[in-house]
Amino acid sequence: MTSRMPAQHLSETVDPQSSDSVDPDAGILVARDLTVHYGSFPAIKDVSMAVQPNQITALIGPSGCGKSTMLRCFNRMNDLIESAAVTGRLTYHGVDLYSPEVDPVQVRRHIGMVFQKPNPFPKSIYANIAFGAKIAGIKTGLDQLVEESLTKAALWEEVKDKLHESANALSGGQQQRLCIARAIATSPDVVLMDEPASALDPIATLRIEELMTELKREYTIIVVTHNMQQAARVSDRTAFFNVSVSDDGHRTGRLVEFDDTTTIFTNPREKSTEDYITGRFG
Amino acid sequence: MTTRTVPTTPDLVRAALAGRRFNLVDSLLAGALLLSLLSSLLVLITLLADTVRTALPVFADRGMDFVTSSLSADPAKAGVLQGILGSLALTGFVLMIGFPLGVSAAIYLEEYATDNGFTRFITANVRNLAGVPSVVYGILGLALFVNLLGGLTNGRTVVSGGLTLTVLVLPIMIITTSEALRAVPGTVREASFGVGATKWETIRHHVLPIALPTILTGTVLTVARAFGESAPLLLAGALVTNFFQPSADASVVQLITDERYTALPLVVFNWARQPQEEFVQLTAAAVVVLLVLLLSVNATTILLRDRFEMKALR
Ligand SMILES: Nc1ncnc2c1ncn2[C@@H]1O[C@H](COP(=O)(O)OP(=O)(O)OP(=O)(O)O)[C@@H](O)[C@H]1O
Ligand SMILES: [Mg+2]
Repeated sequence: MTSRMPAQHLSETVDPQSSDSVDPDAGILVARDLTVHYGSFPAIKDVSMAVQPNQITALIGPSGCGKSTMLRCFNRMNDLIESAAVTGRLTYHGVDLYSPEVDPVQVRRHIGMVFQKPNPFPKSIYANIAFGAKIAGIKTGLDQLVEESLTKAALWEEVKDKLHESANALSGGQQQRLCIARAIATSPDVVLMDEPASALDPIATLRIEELMTELKREYTIIVVTHNMQQAARVSDRTAFFNVSVSDDGHRTGRLVEFDDTTTIFTNPREKSTEDYITGRFG
Repeated sequence: MTTRTVPTTPDLVRAALAGRRFNLVDSLLAGALLLSLLSSLLVLITLLADTVRTALPVFADRGMDFVTSSLSADPAKAGVLQGILGSLALTGFVLMIGFPLGVSAAIYLEEYATDNGFTRFITANVRNLAGVPSVVYGILGLALFVNLLGGLTNGRTVVSGGLTLTVLVLPIMIITTSEALRAVPGTVREASFGVGATKWETIRHHVLPIALPTILTGTVLTVARAFGESAPLLLAGALVTNFFQPSADASVVQLITDERYTALPLVVFNWARQPQEEFVQLTAAAVVVLLVLLLSVNATTILLRDRFEMKALR
């Protein structure tokens, strides 16, 4: 099992001058003036937000406003895109995720990810779950880990008799739950989800949502969603991103408002937030 | 505005939906396409049938003796043993050196190298090299492996010939592997990195298993190419004369560093030049042996591929 960061690290942080709105100690993941460029154009600019442990944080906003870009910063998936450059600060338990001594591979073992389109490995269900543990050096208790993870992902009953069959033979909803099981099998601290239910029917969506609520007791979850009801139903806090178009036509995403979900949905501070959540928006 | 008429009664609908079963243009086109397929097949089949018919007496008279006999100036005793051994040894070289080298180079280019001017320059050159006539590789083999590295390869040996063929197929190997790697969906890589796999773990456990069937298909074609090559071997020193005998108790090392070896295409080449009437039949028989061997080498590789395909699922 991967070890959690000790709590003492929480207070070891950042120069408090660089931002006024974010308390450096106030979260498991804290972004400060985070900017991501693809090539020479910023996709998101000066985002500052703090994610609380054991909460579900939702990222919402119109298409292209940089939600996925933001999400992929949290586990350094943007490192895989050659043209992407991240500036600003992003701390995890007070440790700068982008400092040179941090290994992105280790980051991803602590901060797992579920993608928009279910992407199981074209291998057996068992191999899908066991892979993360195997590469982390865990050799014993794999059977138990597979069962545990599948149970947590509410998939065990459906697949327990066909663990060694191909994961491709599962339905879309089952595949997505398998991907969730795969993500939690490495016992991460945080799970990132990029529109995890967008390819699923309402019933499968509901199951994923129930699952997220279940999981937040153990994990911190950040979820990107286009579904307003979903954000309202499952999340504790909601971040609304919006795009601003510059004079030369480039679209840059900015964090407009970040607050408790109830506040965002009942009493938003910004007009654009209200327009977006009520559907009066592009 | 045009008025739109929608057929509503069954009779009208039936009339509207009825059509000719026979479409002249389609049928003509299909016929023409079939004809071009048949004509190209026909040439091939005629060639094969003629060769087999000419070769038949040799196999009928001598049976396996033809396969297990050594080269000889006497048509009644001549066989293709050295040719078979030489060709298999050369193929072994291509597989054992060309395959790992080509796959590794492709993995580097596709997965590790950053996409900059230098790597694009390399990739473009690899593509050009794949189109260089094989005889040029023969000259390279002569200069490099026979002369310059003669101390290591012992001159005109199977080692030199094998290395020459390896260099010849390397660009094709790299290109087919690169294409196979590029066809692996990015979502698989993301999934693997997402659970904390390193680059090598991702390649080893996910990218390669998915790409392997395609890589092996490319290998089959590559090996076939090497198997049939004669020009570079002529230059890099394989013998074409009939007059040599490998000693029966020579070790493998001795065999591959012996300065006397040949390959099946060269046997065919040499026999086709002989004035005696009997060598016409022998040539055809050697061609048949060449084809049978080629098919079995390919079949083995395909079997291997299918086994990997089954394994990749697990
Ligand atoms: N790999 C990339 N290379 C270059 N530009 C990119 C890349 N990925 C995203 N972008 C750009 O960055 C901007 C933000 O994209 P992102 O995918 O983060 O948006 P999003 O909010 O997740 O949108 P959606 O809701 O449609 O998924 C877009 O303008 C997009 O064109
Ligand atoms: Mg997105």
